Amino acid sequence: MADLRVNFAGIKAPNPFWLASAPPTNSGYQVQRAFEAGWGGAVWKTLGDPILNVSSRFAGTHFGGQRVAGFNNIELITDRPLEVNLKEIYETKKRFPNHAVIASLMVEPNQEAWHEIVKRVQDVGVDGFELNFGCPHGMAERGMGAASGQVPELVEKQTYWAKEVAEVPVIVKLTPNITDITATAYAAVQGGADAISMINTINSLAGVDLDSWNTIPNVAGKGAHGGYCGPAVKPIALNMVAECARHPELNHIPISGMGGVSDWKDAVEFMLMGAGSVQVCTAAMHHGFSIVEDMIDGLNNYLDDKGIANLDGLIGKSVPKYSDWGNLDLNYKVVARINNDTCINCNKCHIACEDTSHQCIDMLTSADGKPELRVREEDCVGCNLCSIVCPVDGAIDMVEIPNGEPMTWNERQNAIKLTV
Amino acid sequence: MHLNRVKNKKISLDDLRANFIEIEPALTQKEAMDEANRCLYCYDAPCIKACPTDINIPSFIKKIASGNLKGSAKVIMEANPVGASCARVCPTEELCEGACVLNDASLPIMIGNLQRHATNWAIHNNQQLFKAGEAVGKTVAIIGGGPAGLSAARELARLGYEVTIFEAKEKAGGLDTYGIVSFRLPQEVSLWEVEQIEKLGVKILTNTKVGRDIQAEEIIDNYDAVILAVGMSKVPMLGIEGEDAEGVLDAIDFVETTKTPPLDPQYIGKKIVIIGAGNTAIDAATCSVRLGAGDVKMVYRRTEAEMTAYEFEYEFAKQDGVEFRWLTQPTKIVKDESGKVKALECVRMELGEPDDSGRRRPVPVQGSEFSIEVDAVIKAIGQTRYVSLIEEFGLDHNRGIVKINTETHQTSNPKVYAAGDVIFGDGQGDAMVVTAAQQGKLTAHAIHKTLMVDTVAVENV
Repeated sequence: MADLRVNFAGIKAPNPFWLASAPPTNSGYQVQRAFEAGWGGAVWKTLGDPILNVSSRFAGTHFGGQRVAGFNNIELITDRPLEVNLKEIYETKKRFPNHAVIASLMVEPNQEAWHEIVKRVQDVGVDGFELNFGCPHGMAERGMGAASGQVPELVEKQTYWAKEVAEVPVIVKLTPNITDITATAYAAVQGGADAISMINTINSLAGVDLDSWNTIPNVAGKGAHGGYCGPAVKPIALNMVAECARHPELNHIPISGMGGVSDWKDAVEFMLMGAGSVQVCTAAMHHGFSIVEDMIDGLNNYLDDKGIANLDGLIGKSVPKYSDWGNLDLNYKVVARINNDTCINCNKCHIACEDTSHQCIDMLTSADGKPELRVREEDCVGCNLCSIVCPVDGAIDMVEIPNGEPMTWNERQNAIKLTV
Repeated sequence: MHLNRVKNKKISLDDLRANFIEIEPALTQKEAMDEANRCLYCYDAPCIKACPTDINIPSFIKKIASGNLKGSAKVIMEANPVGASCARVCPTEELCEGACVLNDASLPIMIGNLQRHATNWAIHNNQQLFKAGEAVGKTVAIIGGGPAGLSAARELARLGYEVTIFEAKEKAGGLDTYGIVSFRLPQEVSLWEVEQIEKLGVKILTNTKVGRDIQAEEIIDNYDAVILAVGMSKVPMLGIEGEDAEGVLDAIDFVETTKTPPLDPQYIGKKIVIIGAGNTAIDAATCSVRLGAGDVKMVYRRTEAEMTAYEFEYEFAKQDGVEFRWLTQPTKIVKDESGKVKALECVRMELGEPDDSGRRRPVPVQGSEFSIEVDAVIKAIGQTRYVSLIEEFGLDHNRGIVKINTETHQTSNPKVYAAGDVIFGDGQGDAMVVTAAQQGKLTAHAIHKTLMVDTVAVENV
């Protein structure tokens, strides 16, 4: 059994699987149930001024018969009084002293307001804070959440105010609704953040009802944009985590990664790309808290199989492999090769290549009269499309072909400059 | 038919009707969506090639998945005018599902059931899927309103022909309406297909027997083309003593009595023997069980390996409790004083040298005679041909199998075409509903090509 304990910017937890600040962490009852189920930490649903919510709040994006490929919400921060939340945080921490309880905070961009809430909340014994600069709907219209998270100066200033009084680590949660997330990440670091977390949800409209023409979800016939999350956003989140992790001026600041983490494999990917912990919401909302059991078990088995003793052996290990396009080897070549013993002859690779890529997969008949798909390797550009659409594992391999000395775009441009 | 989906296997003796309700439940909305989404949407899909009517299966399944059920039903019925019936009666594991690329990778798509789902939608939503073409001023007579005749009629009507079907029975649909057991194909499905075709302006003259109510010559003279699609006739004589006994039944007639209420309670608890082991024999056996018979046996002079029934039919009959007596040849039907069947005398057989059909010839085992006590004997040893009717039309035939030019479906009289079971045999075609449907379709196109040679194109209807 590998050691799954984490020490994330000074916040200790029995494992890296934390519930994100969201509906699952709305109350002490829920967070305690989550800890009983095995979650290592929880970021309490954002505390702030008591809020009103609307009825009809969530919507799922279903795809190809699968429920919740993506998830959209227009729910705001906690709508329960601060005193009630503080009492429950205190009780939860008392019952689970070794689990990480982190309070998510959002107040107006005002030094006094930040000082007040930080002090009040840390008095009940939280392990850390997460500043919510990311919530894209509702709160943003009042100048909070993403509205301040999209302005680097406001991120820096508010982080600084929180840090002025905080005695526990401060994580800054970033919004993805911005062109370059490293800019706001940098601002958070400048403000003194102990860690950053990402991504918050992405501006979204889940759908339009074909009969009523109402938005999905709708509130009395009207809709407003929500925040998108769930499996569909994982690649966006993973890139943002990786961009921050490899950014030289972010000083290796710890990153709590989230956005579509649904199982231990997603978690491993986020950790390889630099996340020191992962946060989960949609998967728990879809299936309940018990999913953490396989996250822990799967991660454990994976680490054991790899002979890795603890998470330090994992975190950030793929970051050096993530670079800019200009550093990719232009001479590297892979081609598709079809394994006809495994191929089931659905011809999806053929039509994908023929209609939408490089027309290099032929439908032939083998010597014994059987249908056979074959790649004309000289015309294959190694785009991967055929292996992506292939429904059977192992039927198409992308095979490396020797193709001369490595040469990146940047090297090529430098070489051209030298010769001129 | 997917036997693992058959839920209620209990036979009711109190309410025989319950035994004749379609045994495989329709797919639920969720099952249909899950299954439709599982389809890979193959390119140049083998299921299409395996379908005798060339239904674009990936297309209709994709349409189910996208919620376009009208479009889905149209894709099916366009290619196969009796596609709702075929969804239920096709031996799909031998055709589309047998060709599905997922057979080895996981499980084949339930194409038949998805086809049933889409066509059910059309039935339940009263959809008229096609309309008649602009009149071309030509007339076609079709003898026989079964799958081949209906299919030809539908295509011709869409091409603008004035079509008249001469149907001997009270209702059209042929075997789909009268000959396929209700628990696999409810009559209303076949009648919906008939209605779809009638709504295109096709005139169906029921209770009209050619040779009795109208003469062949009159039809040939009064129409621009004629299609003979009369199928096959009764079960032949066994040629054994006692065959005239009361209680010796023709399997086709026997199944037909179960297609329209009321169901006959006289077989409850009785002993029934079916002679033969083909599709119809299985139907007769399972109908017997469902009519409450207490002991149902099938006797066949060859073995399990030579039986012509499909594997799923055999399995289904076994699940229904039908017993099989292989290598058993009936030799005599014993009557009681009142002339009613009492016993079936049989002799055991063994397989000898291969015969003309390539199957090993069964030969009697000396001294192996035995007798089975019975209340009824059902003959299911094939079907005879409408030889005299074929001769009234003056068509060349081989023992009732009408000879055609396979390119044009024309008989020895170029004005008369033939399709369906009437041309089945001598290595020509298959006796499946779906084959008949395709032949009807092709015959319609052939007629159009001949009659409209210089005018309209077949496409763009």
